[in-house]
Amino acid sequence: MGAPVNWPARIAWLVFALYFAYALSHLQLTPARFIAGLDFGYKFLAKLFPPDFQRWELLLKGLKESLEIAILASVLGLIISLPVSLLAARNLMPAWVTWPARMLMVVCRSFHPVIIAILFVKAVGFGALAGILALTVASLGFLGKLFTEAIEEISLKQVEAVRATGAPFMSVIAFGVAPQVFSRFIGFASYELDSNLRNSTMVGIVGAGGIGGTLFAAFQRFDYDFVCAIILSIIGMIIVGEVLTHVVKKVFRA
Amino acid sequence: MSQTDTAVIDREWKRYALGERIARFVVYLALVAAVVLSIRTVEVIPDFILDAPEQIADLLRRMWPPDVASYPQEIHAALLDSLHIATVGTVLGVMMALPFGFLAARNVTPWAWLNWLARLVLISTRSINTLVFALFFVAVFGPGALAGTLAIAFHSIGFVGRLFSEALENTSPGPIEALRAAGAPGASVISFGYWPQVSPAFWSLVLFRWDINVRESIVLGLVGAGGVGMALDNALNLFQWNRVAMVLLAILGVVIAAEVAVTYIRKKII
Repeated sequence: MGAPVNWPARIAWLVFALYFAYALSHLQLTPARFIAGLDFGYKFLAKLFPPDFQRWELLLKGLKESLEIAILASVLGLIISLPVSLLAARNLMPAWVTWPARMLMVVCRSFHPVIIAILFVKAVGFGALAGILALTVASLGFLGKLFTEAIEEISLKQVEAVRATGAPFMSVIAFGVAPQVFSRFIGFASYELDSNLRNSTMVGIVGAGGIGGTLFAAFQRFDYDFVCAIILSIIGMIIVGEVLTHVVKKVFRA
Repeated sequence: MSQTDTAVIDREWKRYALGERIARFVVYLALVAAVVLSIRTVEVIPDFILDAPEQIADLLRRMWPPDVASYPQEIHAALLDSLHIATVGTVLGVMMALPFGFLAARNVTPWAWLNWLARLVLISTRSINTLVFALFFVAVFGPGALAGTLAIAFHSIGFVGRLFSEALENTSPGPIEALRAAGAPGASVISFGYWPQVSPAFWSLVLFRWDINVRESIVLGLVGAGGVGMALDNALNLFQWNRVAMVLLAILGVVIAAEVAVTYIRKKII
């Protein structure tokens, strides 16, 4: 074949292959260790089944708390990220306003929700409040970014038309900006609810409420058939959540 | 004009049909009901909410200034370990995801039961959080980077596989039919028919996943699966807040650098 050889790409691949080999040996990821674990893994899987749903009340309580954390954090995150994303939109605001708003969102987005949850557990104590605050911060990071991008992509013609009538700032937002981004916002918000639902089942690992605490405790007690029951219920809840957000997106054509 | 002619014109214009408005109303109602129910039943102590700003300010005061001296001692190596875990985990995850992506795409694999089986694998690996996988693998392989890498790899299967199969399903059938008509074997159909059409989407989703995995690899240490999370956990357990602040700053730097790198590479290759 006559295709010219792409030397920079070849060198980049070679460098990556060398790095990959180095990383494998540095992390001591050897096939021998993997195979040694497999046998134990098989026994472990055998212990997981059949799942034990006997303590279903505890399970249901955890799931309910996770759901509450996810809903409240999404709503709070939505309420906070609407004004922040307006401030961060470069086509509506001057640079000295957009930079601080953008920095805030980058910081919120950079940390995993579980790490934020640790800090809130230390600050406000164990329980659902820490989880709600942690996921609110995480939502602000992601929703803020998506909202800002959506606002920056709008057509400015309508905004100028509303401005030309002498409308005050809030009316420009309500009639010039909001109708253009509404359905995309619904899509992003339901995506965020979905993602908060996933994370709200995990913040409990560090004591921030929800089913994660029950899961972690069961793991530490080697109560593996209960672990299996918890994981299966989490998967069930996440799939139901995914179906529901799909329905909402369809209703709003987002 | 008679009265009846203008009646049709004078009717009020509505943006959405009745059914749509009812559906939207039901969604709003359900949302409000869910929020009200959550507020009323969630177990939050009101005193803690009032106290929160003061407690957070106190925490920040304890964190300042960050313990810069601890960075070269114990944070730097652990941070690099996290990056290695993210990269190796992403590569392994992509390698495992590709076959399931092909099996889940209806236009590549014509057997419906195989599509569903592959999709089941993709959904379940996506629904089990990285931390849960990490707990599993720590129990099986012991604490350390191996558990973390496998956790990252397994959780990535669902994400990469699903998006890859969607990209495959969106390919144009023209070149593929042409290759089949010419009698090309299956491997050639994939490498000359499907691959050129999906490769931009593939590289961009691999980069995107790597970016996510960098963030995920950082928390893995909390359950003993290696990386900088272990340094964070140690500092937290000893209440060394200045050191915690340094770890957080280091994480912030790495995550932002990873995002910048991904944006740069994406521009270069796509």
